[in-house]
Amino acid sequence: MSDLVADAIDMTFTTPNGDEVHALKNVSFTLKQGELLSVLGPSGCGKTTLLNLIAGFLRPTGGELSLGGNEIDGPGVERGMVFQQGALFEWLTVAENVDFGLRMKKADRRETSRKVEEWLEIVGLQGFGNTPTYQLSGGMQQRVALARCLINDPDLILMDEPLGALDALTREKMQSLVLKIWKETGKTIMIITHSVEEALLLGERLFVMAPRPGRLHKEYALPFAEWGLQQDPREIKNHNEFTQTREEILTMIWNMEEEIMGKASA
Amino acid sequence: MTAEGIRGLFIGALFIGLLLTLASCWWYGRRLIRTEKTDAVFGNPVKALGGWHWIVSGVSTIILVWLYFSWDAARAFFPDAASEMCQVAKVETAINPMRSVFPFESRLLKGTSILDRESRQINNLETQINTGAFTDQDREQLLPYIERVRQILASQTAPESLEESVVADIQSIGQRIDEQSAFLQAGVLPEGADAAIIEARDQQPGWGGSSQEIPIEPISQRGAMFAAVAAPLAAISSDFGKIRNAGPAFLADIKALDDEVKQVAGAAESAAVKDFARNMNKLLKRIDNGVVFPPGALEPIESALARLDVVKSDKQGSLKLIDAIAMPSGTIMAGNTACSEQGSGRWLPKPSDTVATFLRLSDPDVGYKGIPLLWYKEKPLAEMVGFLVPDFIADLVPGKYPRHSDDGTIPNNLKTTVLNFATGNFASPSVPVPTGHVWDSIMRVLAGLFLGILLGVPLGLFMGLSRFAKGFFDPLIELYRPVPPLAWAPLILTIFGINDDGKIFLLFMVAFAIMVISARTGATGTQLSKIHAAHSLGASRWQIVRSVILPNSLPEILTGIRISIGVCWGTLVAAEMLAGTTGIGFVENVARKSSDYEIIWVTIILLGLLGLLFDLFMRFIIHKTIPWRGKG
Ligand SMILES: Nc1ncnc2c1ncn2[C@@H]1O[C@H](COP(=O)(O)OP(=O)(O)O)[C@@H](O)[C@H]1O
Ligand SMILES: [Mg+2]
Repeated sequence: MSDLVADAIDMTFTTPNGDEVHALKNVSFTLKQGELLSVLGPSGCGKTTLLNLIAGFLRPTGGELSLGGNEIDGPGVERGMVFQQGALFEWLTVAENVDFGLRMKKADRRETSRKVEEWLEIVGLQGFGNTPTYQLSGGMQQRVALARCLINDPDLILMDEPLGALDALTREKMQSLVLKIWKETGKTIMIITHSVEEALLLGERLFVMAPRPGRLHKEYALPFAEWGLQQDPREIKNHNEFTQTREEILTMIWNMEEEIMGKASA
Repeated sequence: MTAEGIRGLFIGALFIGLLLTLASCWWYGRRLIRTEKTDAVFGNPVKALGGWHWIVSGVSTIILVWLYFSWDAARAFFPDAASEMCQVAKVETAINPMRSVFPFESRLLKGTSILDRESRQINNLETQINTGAFTDQDREQLLPYIERVRQILASQTAPESLEESVVADIQSIGQRIDEQSAFLQAGVLPEGADAAIIEARDQQPGWGGSSQEIPIEPISQRGAMFAAVAAPLAAISSDFGKIRNAGPAFLADIKALDDEVKQVAGAAESAAVKDFARNMNKLLKRIDNGVVFPPGALEPIESALARLDVVKSDKQGSLKLIDAIAMPSGTIMAGNTACSEQGSGRWLPKPSDTVATFLRLSDPDVGYKGIPLLWYKEKPLAEMVGFLVPDFIADLVPGKYPRHSDDGTIPNNLKTTVLNFATGNFASPSVPVPTGHVWDSIMRVLAGLFLGILLGVPLGLFMGLSRFAKGFFDPLIELYRPVPPLAWAPLILTIFGINDDGKIFLLFMVAFAIMVISARTGATGTQLSKIHAAHSLGASRWQIVRSVILPNSLPEILTGIRISIGVCWGTLVAAEMLAGTTGIGFVENVARKSSDYEIIWVTIILLGLLGLLFDLFMRFIIHKTIPWRGKG
């Protein structure tokens, strides 16, 4: 089983002028294979830092991180990443973006193009293979980014506010897509968001993080992602339990931010 | 029809066509503005988009201005005007020495201004005597001389001082001028003049038809009339110059005074007195020219000249209008063997002549200094192989080079065969390769640019990715880059030679710095998230450089190439002017030394067009290769 295990992670940045920023303090959790985790927290609480650590772009200053028993040491194909702005390669077409990982591996050409077709269909972009990515809308670009990540068959998918820049309608569609992919592929997914509703909808588990230093504040186990596989997300959002949890978390984050402001002005 | 006639027709038609184009474009533009007024707000940048009609107007205006100020339009519409103005200029050259004596163009009668000047000189002398440099005794002795020289000067202006013979000479010159006026007025050509006109038309090249801009023989009736009076008037002018108001009594007075002053100076010790004598002597030498006359004495000549002016102006007729309107900023002057344009036409050659010069130079058999502008020549393939393949590969072949044998023959072996190949010493078919001044310039730019890109882009990317490279190579580049490329030229040309090598290296230096900086900017500008994405997708370091950083830097690199081409082009021309025997800059420099303005303009236009072509090509490439720029 390739579980993600974080053991007492500490992350301290040293800025160029010598100041130390304690971005993460004593973060420990285990993410089992196939789980869908969403992470929520006020801005600056270390969400992106945590994700970068897991992706291997950063190395923790303390503690240990492992995936499937192997310590995380640098980026790797088994941990796919989807970025907020897509981070697509605009000089390539949609298909060339999607098969980027396979080309880097020098995989078989025919196999590659078959897989590209397959994934374009899953994310709903069939027929767009030869379109340059700069001609796509924001939602379509995120679909390409998803396909590009998934075609590599990673064990763990990391998403840093992947839907943050989309309009409300596109966002809902993409949320369903993420749920669908989770269901169909059974991948472990860790998704960062600043939208409480999204976190509730897209999280079997939900971490609320607190800032200064960044740490796990509270964990929830939620039923809504399961529901979302059958039901319309809009109905779920009107559900009593959903609204209650939402209000609770909103208040929590509100208070945290108030506290930050108070500290800052003091 | 003669070639000149056809040229005239063409230029005339072009001029009128351009005027009509300009007018219709303006009319169209005005109408457009009026319809746009309903939704126009001042300052809306969309309104400044121009439009093809304004482009056409701009181009037409430039060509019209060129045609007009180079007098090409004048030559097309009034082909005979220059010759006629040349004849008028001859008359003017003839009578100008006389006219300059009278207040026609100047403010004062010449005698008046001379009298004024000499009086001042005398006053100066007097003031000097009154300074401390002179003793009282000197003063007493010298002051009377001042008085005397004043009297001598004034004596010239007394009517009774004028000799009888001089009065008669003055009368006669006035009459002779009047005779010429009458002749010009009558307008009857002397015997044989018509034949001369026809011959001049046939034999003489036209306006601008030869290196003599405007041939001197008249080619029309009007011109012949002026030509006929020019020579007699020149003779009259010369006779006038000999008239002097210096009778024996006047000259004797001057001599006596001069002698006396010299004597005093000879006896005196004081330097100031000797100085005074020298000045007095100079003054007297000027006065004895006898160019000051009694106030009314020259009146017969003055009035005769005025009458000549009236006739001359009357007979010029439309010529004056043509001069004023069609031949702006300048006029035509007469010389001894030909007349010349003295105006903007001197440095602004006529478009038709410039095109003709260009066509002449384009002929590969003519070219410039024995080298065509742009042509091809057959070159054996072997020569190129010899140039490209390094000779030392023959040394690497195992074995030894053969030595000659007893009977004086030289045996061949594998080593010699390879050497012959590497040096291009074998029979091969010829292929056409481009050659000529234009090609040489283009080739140098492209070679320098190519080397600059080849070495600059990798180094730039490396510097964008590595702290070491950035720190280590930055000083090197910043040490030479801020120096204007031409400041390096003398040094580089000395080290690498004045031929291609030196110039290519100079251009390489220019392109290299620009390419390094643009590639570095491109590399450092890569979004971190793209590099993260590539890492997560399993790309190796090399794959990230090749597949992410390089394509991501492409906009900056291509812009760098575009800038490099422009700067290289400018540097090259200047370097070619500095030294060398081929290239467009060389042509321009040689033409400059011989003031060959047509060739200078040909090179300027060629340089501009090629520069524009390079830029358009790069813009096209940029548009094609990085369509995502500024989108998404
Ligand atoms: N490279 C870095 N150097 C210094 N401080 C950093 C760096 N990256 C992040 N930080 C700091 O760490 C904290 C957490 O940042 P981040 O993980 O981006 O927060 P979030 O994604 O939750 O908004 C912030 O205070 C941020 O200023
Ligand atoms: Mg963040």
